[in-house]
Amino acid sequence: MTPAFAVFLIIGTIAVASSILVISMRNPVHSALFLLLTFLCVAVLFVMKSAEFVAAVQVLVYAGGIMVLFLFVVMLINVRHLPDEKVLSNFWKGGFAVGAGVLILLATIVRPGVYHDERMDKSRLTHVSERIWTESHKTPGKYVYRRVSRTNANSEAVGMALYQTYLVPFEVASLFLLVAMIGAIVIGKRELSAVEEETAQQFILDRVETEKEVKEAVNA
Amino acid sequence: MPEALPSTEAYLMLSGTLFAVGLIGVVIRRNMITVLMAIELMLNAVNINLVAFSYRLASLEGQVFTIFVITVAAGEAAVGLAIIIQLYRLRSTINVDEARTLNG
Repeated sequence: MTPAFAVFLIIGTIAVASSILVISMRNPVHSALFLLLTFLCVAVLFVMKSAEFVAAVQVLVYAGGIMVLFLFVVMLINVRHLPDEKVLSNFWKGGFAVGAGVLILLATIVRPGVYHDERMDKSRLTHVSERIWTESHKTPGKYVYRRVSRTNANSEAVGMALYQTYLVPFEVASLFLLVAMIGAIVIGKRELSAVEEETAQQFILDRVETEKEVKEAVNA
Repeated sequence: MPEALPSTEAYLMLSGTLFAVGLIGVVIRRNMITVLMAIELMLNAVNINLVAFSYRLASLEGQVFTIFVITVAAGEAAVGLAIIIQLYRLRSTINVDEARTLNG
């Protein structure tokens, strides 16, 4: 057993155990913390498959952004005020059966030797080669194109793919994020009650009045 | 020659297990926040799959797709959590089984 496989076993065991704890914890805050642990373990697995940039994005977006979003919502929703209810749904037996069935199905599909042969040359994942416009070595003052190549440049390789081959999907993704943001704001917006609707204008007017007074007092 | 990494099959087994755990979580839990977390687990299992095959085939497409999946997961979490907040305001519950107003 190689050290890499030992690391895989340990990290994979932690990931599976914490994912089981995510769905079995009663308090959503505990679930969120175990979800964070799962995401970090998955980031380690990404690094082992030489996907360093994806691992960094995983930590930034999942462990940073989405997790904070979850914790904010848990804070907004007062969990203690909710009625003490059953954790499990009414059809939990069916749920376990479906999950076990899918697991058995996936385990039977995963057999050695049924996929494409492994490509041994992994340089495409980390190797970048481009032409740069630079000063010539032989004749100073003259500019020429020179081909440079770098290894250990996974982030750069992913960036090249994103901005060259997958430019249109990338822009569509940015549009998707904009639409999701507007949708979340519109859905999450609170309708003002009739009383608030009436007092809101007065509140703003009072505020303006107060600021005017403060300004005059400072100027005087 | 770098030392032998865990095989693609090992990664696929792990990702299948995580996916099954997420699926069970989606079906059996009543708390809507936990259901959303289980969906994130399933998306993450898919990402493991994509990265494993990206390495096996020495092709960057898998990693690019993983980034798009992460983008979609972020948008989905934002909209889903907004829906949960609105449901809590209207019904004072985040129970999936009670959110059946559309059901009549």
